[in-house]
Amino acid sequence: MAGLTGKDAVLTEYAKKLETLDAPKGRSLTQDATRRLVRNTAAVISIGVVIAIVLFAFVGPYFLPWTYDKIDWSGIRKPPNFEAGHFAGTDQNGRDMLARIMQGTQMSLIVAGVATLVSVIIGVVYGAIAGYFGGKVDAVMMRFVDIMYALPYILFVIILVVIFGRNPVLLFVGIGCLEWLTMARIVRGQTLSIKEREFVEAARASGASSWAIIFRHIVPNLTGPVVIYATLTVPEIILTESFLSYLGLGVQEPQTSLGTLISFGAPVAETLPWMLIGPAVVLVSLLLCLTYIGDGLRDALDPKDR
Amino acid sequence: MFGYVSRRVLSAIPIALIAVTACFFILRLAPGGPFDGERALPPVTLANLRAHYNLDLPLIQQYFLYVGRLLQGDFGPSMVYNDFTVAQMLWIGLPFTLMLGFSAFIIGTIVGLVAGALSAVNQNKLPDYILVMLVMVGLVVPNFLMAAVLQLVFGVYLDWFPAGGWQNGSIAHLVLPVTVLVLPHAGRTARLMRGSMIEVLGTNYIRTAKAKGLGQRLILARHAIKPALLPVVSYLGPGLSYLLTGSLIVEQVFALPGIGKYFISAALNRDYGLVLGTTILYMFIILAVNLLVDIIYAWLDPKVRYH
Repeated sequence: MAGLTGKDAVLTEYAKKLETLDAPKGRSLTQDATRRLVRNTAAVISIGVVIAIVLFAFVGPYFLPWTYDKIDWSGIRKPPNFEAGHFAGTDQNGRDMLARIMQGTQMSLIVAGVATLVSVIIGVVYGAIAGYFGGKVDAVMMRFVDIMYALPYILFVIILVVIFGRNPVLLFVGIGCLEWLTMARIVRGQTLSIKEREFVEAARASGASSWAIIFRHIVPNLTGPVVIYATLTVPEIILTESFLSYLGLGVQEPQTSLGTLISFGAPVAETLPWMLIGPAVVLVSLLLCLTYIGDGLRDALDPKDR
Repeated sequence: MFGYVSRRVLSAIPIALIAVTACFFILRLAPGGPFDGERALPPVTLANLRAHYNLDLPLIQQYFLYVGRLLQGDFGPSMVYNDFTVAQMLWIGLPFTLMLGFSAFIIGTIVGLVAGALSAVNQNKLPDYILVMLVMVGLVVPNFLMAAVLQLVFGVYLDWFPAGGWQNGSIAHLVLPVTVLVLPHAGRTARLMRGSMIEVLGTNYIRTAKAKGLGQRLILARHAIKPALLPVVSYLGPGLSYLLTGSLIVEQVFALPGIGKYFISAALNRDYGLVLGTTILYMFIILAVNLLVDIIYAWLDPKVRYH
């Protein structure tokens, strides 16, 4: 029964191949994105480095002879000394620098994680609502975002932190509450285009409520841009946190964070260089890698330039 | 164009008012007051002090008093540095902060635009790679760390520039602080410029320009630069806010006499007048610049004007 063009024969053969799972498989969008990400060497190396830093911060302390708040009275302001177990020297109070760097990195990472989560939640909900309802609601909500953009928000963070005391939880939430603006703008823009699609219309026709449409149908479709922007928010938040810590508004002693360590290390860097170099290297490599990962994800998930 | 400008100016007024209100009330929610010292003051003295600064009035009345005075340009007294009014303190610091901020803003924007454009024109060639690396350094090294490193290298080891302080004005004292502020700003600008320039260079009208035989220089100058500038211009407003935040750190690290110098200690001491005054001043600078940016944007992109 082969047709003139032989199409039927080809199709029959292909169907047979499909039965024996011999045919070339299709690739999903996620697989495509993963392949693009894996091909991006800088991003892959960065992911490795970030994983290493996370392990360093959370597992590392178990392998050290000293804890971050233990004072070694025989080793105050000492350069690295392997026999005493101070692999990165000690600070002015005789505390082990490596243990302190690990604890500081932990703190910076936790702040980054929690604050990013807060900013993503606020940004997505706010942006999706503004974009979906449109009209006056949208105008008012986005005008508010514009206002917040125009304000020197770091001054507000400083005021908030000063007012409510140096409570780490507040620090997380406070930073998160102020970093959601760009997320809201991006989400709104995406929502504006998604809400015109057929599946949203179908949902509306079948009687779904506005909230169900927003959270069941629109928000899941925002995953790509949200993931990209969240990755780019993490370094911003680490920077903000270290900035506040540097000003002495971050976590309290004996706990520490990378910004605090740098603020103690900077004035004595000439005589006690190990107090600045360690935290500085960790902070800069963390920020660098996170930025590369964000860029890599953007290129992988949003292949506009290809 | 005139209508557009006046609408923008008018819409800035409620923003300023909302921000002042928010700031005033947030600050007052805080426990503690400006007169909590190591030693408790006698109740009578405290009461007199509070009465002197109108702190004994109901909060809402204090608010209207404050706003009323603010409209006349009176920022009220500083409650900790009691020999000065807030306006006097800010007036001393303002020219310095403006000079620092705007010189960094102008240098950073120009450097960033040139670097971004060069990078885009040489996309994926050696100059591009080098520039992208430099931009990354500007982006990821926090300004307080950069300040410490520059102080150490150029101020202490090489001894080319003073590591801090300001003895009535040699340019040398400004080199390091301005550099610290310029780097991240130039980095962000360059990144944006590179991205938008690459996008513009791939458009059809650039291909048309090439097809009709225009030279590379002419294409860049006449067709590519202006549309590529749009996203960069819209970044300049937030960019300036970053810069001013940076100047808070830079003024502290380099011991410079700007308005940011007292902000942290004033907030910790609950010096309401000074904190509010500084925040409001920063905000007005930022609002003014945003306004300017909007106007430039409207000039570059006629679509915006009629929106």
